[in-house]
Amino acid sequence: MNEKLLILGDQAVALGALHAGISGVYAYPGTPSTEITEYIQQSPLARERGVYSDWCTNEKTAMEAALGASFIGKRALVCMKHVGMNVAADAFVNAAMTGTHGGLVVLAADDPSMHSSQNEQDSRFYGKFAMVPIFEPSSQQEAYDMVREAFDLSEAVKLPVLMRLTTRMAHSRAVVTPAPSREPNGISFSEDRSRWVLLPVNARRRYSEVIALQDELRKRSAASTHNRYQPGNRQGVIACGIAYNYLMENYPNGCDRTVLKVSQYPLPVEPLRQMMADCDEILVLEDGQPFVEDQLRGLLDDTGKIRGRMSGQLPRTGELTPDNVRAALGLPGIALNEPSEYVVPRPPALCAGCGHRDVYTMLNEVAKEYENSKIFSDIGCYTLGALPPFRAIDSCVDMGASITMAKGAADGGLFPAIAVIGDSTFTHSGITGLLDAVNSKANITVVISDNLTTAMTGGQDSAGTGKLEAICWGVGVEREHVRVVVPMAKNYDEIRRVLREEIEYPGVSVIIPRRECIQTLKRNLKKQRS
Amino acid sequence: MKRDIILSGVGGQGILSIAAIIGEAALRKGLYVKQAEVHGMSQRGGDVQSNLRLSSEPIHSDLIPRGGTDAIIAMEPMEALRYLPYLSPEGWMVTNSTPFINIPNYPDTEQLLKTLKERPRVILVDADALAKDHGMPRAVNMVLLGAASAILGLDASLLEEAVAGLFASKGTEVVEMNVQAFRLGREAATQQVKGAGHAE
Ligand SMILES: Cc1ncc(C[n+]2csc(CCOP(=O)(O)OP(=O)(O)O)c2C)c(N)n1
Repeated sequence: MNEKLLILGDQAVALGALHAGISGVYAYPGTPSTEITEYIQQSPLARERGVYSDWCTNEKTAMEAALGASFIGKRALVCMKHVGMNVAADAFVNAAMTGTHGGLVVLAADDPSMHSSQNEQDSRFYGKFAMVPIFEPSSQQEAYDMVREAFDLSEAVKLPVLMRLTTRMAHSRAVVTPAPSREPNGISFSEDRSRWVLLPVNARRRYSEVIALQDELRKRSAASTHNRYQPGNRQGVIACGIAYNYLMENYPNGCDRTVLKVSQYPLPVEPLRQMMADCDEILVLEDGQPFVEDQLRGLLDDTGKIRGRMSGQLPRTGELTPDNVRAALGLPGIALNEPSEYVVPRPPALCAGCGHRDVYTMLNEVAKEYENSKIFSDIGCYTLGALPPFRAIDSCVDMGASITMAKGAADGGLFPAIAVIGDSTFTHSGITGLLDAVNSKANITVVISDNLTTAMTGGQDSAGTGKLEAICWGVGVEREHVRVVVPMAKNYDEIRRVLREEIEYPGVSVIIPRRECIQTLKRNLKKQRS
Repeated sequence: MKRDIILSGVGGQGILSIAAIIGEAALRKGLYVKQAEVHGMSQRGGDVQSNLRLSSEPIHSDLIPRGGTDAIIAMEPMEALRYLPYLSPEGWMVTNSTPFINIPNYPDTEQLLKTLKERPRVILVDADALAKDHGMPRAVNMVLLGAASAILGLDASLLEEAVAGLFASKGTEVVEMNVQAFRLGREAATQQVKGAGHAE
């Protein structure tokens, strides 16, 4: 099997995991991680082996299911975008406490520059926090190879391994040469039963064990072929993950600086000491937040040698590029064409014919009838309701926050407090908030704009499809205040009336405008035709 | 040999198919390839681009440095100009002349096309019209790819094979239509390249 494949970094991770013998991939969609799970869903090898690959309801359920697979000795991959780590964090940090049995690799895809995200958080901090090894590939081939190693490492040290990609690695294609595939593990159990039961007495023992493991992890990082020390002149560069490529891009004839390439953490200490002795100045290149730079510099910055995002050599925010790395290296600039005066921004927008459009048209109209109405929204295509022509929403924070923020505002006296949430976001993190609202009889109106799919990330299955009314009833919303409408212009009179009635009802009401996403509709029609 | 290419357009216009075909042809020629794509938010009718790098030497960065792009291939004229600061002084621009207007403040089309025409090394083809006139309105991106083939430095036969490969699963009729679209674009561009006194 030495064929050459031109594949995305995401797909390289997926293939590496399959060839490492995973029994399941557990994930909730999120740019730029979605294509990993989608690749496995379409893989003939995965089908042949019965690899589990259905979407999970959220990142926490994904992490826990994968830990269950690890418990019985199987290998499992968990994938998410960086903010998914916040949702999965409880399970992730405590999976390091229990430790693993079958290999467990957690892939977090970070999005510096926020191409499709609400923040720039750097998942390496989670890895350090949980005290687990972190892999950060610099090429698609390395991504493929590293996933396989990550599973071996996870089984060797009995810890989850965090693998971190950034957008440019996840969504860039290069040639990958795969290696022979390994068979999945059979069922087995760890001999140490107590470490899986994190009662304080067991957890205290495990915490000491995990701390004691850190030396071993550092030794492995120092010995890793993915971390490389290249001696050169007295100007040092530490290049993490894909930053290494931007460095080399700027030295087409070879780099004369002393370079430490870092792709495995915790940071190896020896080469860092070496560089500190060999160099007068050390530039840290890392995509995302200044994770390495901050550790080296410390609060007191005793060496005065460390440069990077914190010292201003590189921009404090945004992704690295060959250009800002070039400037940080002090290399001469390149003459550029002037930008054209005929170019204006072209922001994304809700598709023509999208049901969310009708929802916002109606909401804007009815909300205007009240002096203080506020619309708390959430994350998904419908967030685009913030942009013209709608400018309909007052908030978008994190998955599920629409319902809970509306509740908090209603508790404090706001009327009307309206929440707008998508169907997938509702099942991801909205149900618990709805229960809070029901229990306290909050005066809120929740609009679950149901397009029967997870549209923003490309139309994945949505966990609540066909169950939304039953979920709302089950949580305790009164039957007569769960209303379904079809968001189309011909129904505007009815929608207006339903909105008014439910806003006026002093309690929790749920309105479900339901119409299939026009992108998935088009795709399904096309499939039917062929 | 090195070709750094920016493909640009509006979400849904098919730049990733163009990228896939050029990438496939380059692989068949034994070149190294890297291709950074945009997925996600911006695909909803926003501007999209892809950085495609081909080289006989190993390629480091997934992103093309500013000022280093050899060719901008654009499905739409304003999206061609968006990446001007990335174009090298000797670089080419190959663009569809039909604008995609989905914003209220789209610039004056005449002015836009005039600036493009005034630039050196610009190939301007009305890919929409060519495709429509020949009864293949869905192959606009293949017309543009054909036009770009005039300056890419890859054999047309290699590219045509890759076009055929991409559409093979859809039957011979679809393959033939797309290859024909490719040839239409190539012919239109070759005349312009000759007219401009440039040869490749
Ligand atoms: C914690 C977290 N996980 C994943 C995402 C990525 N994400 C943003 S919107 C979205 C899908 C929303 O689907 P839905 O609520 O059904 O709305 P639609 O896009 O279909 O309108 C996803 C998966 C995120 N932003 N945060």
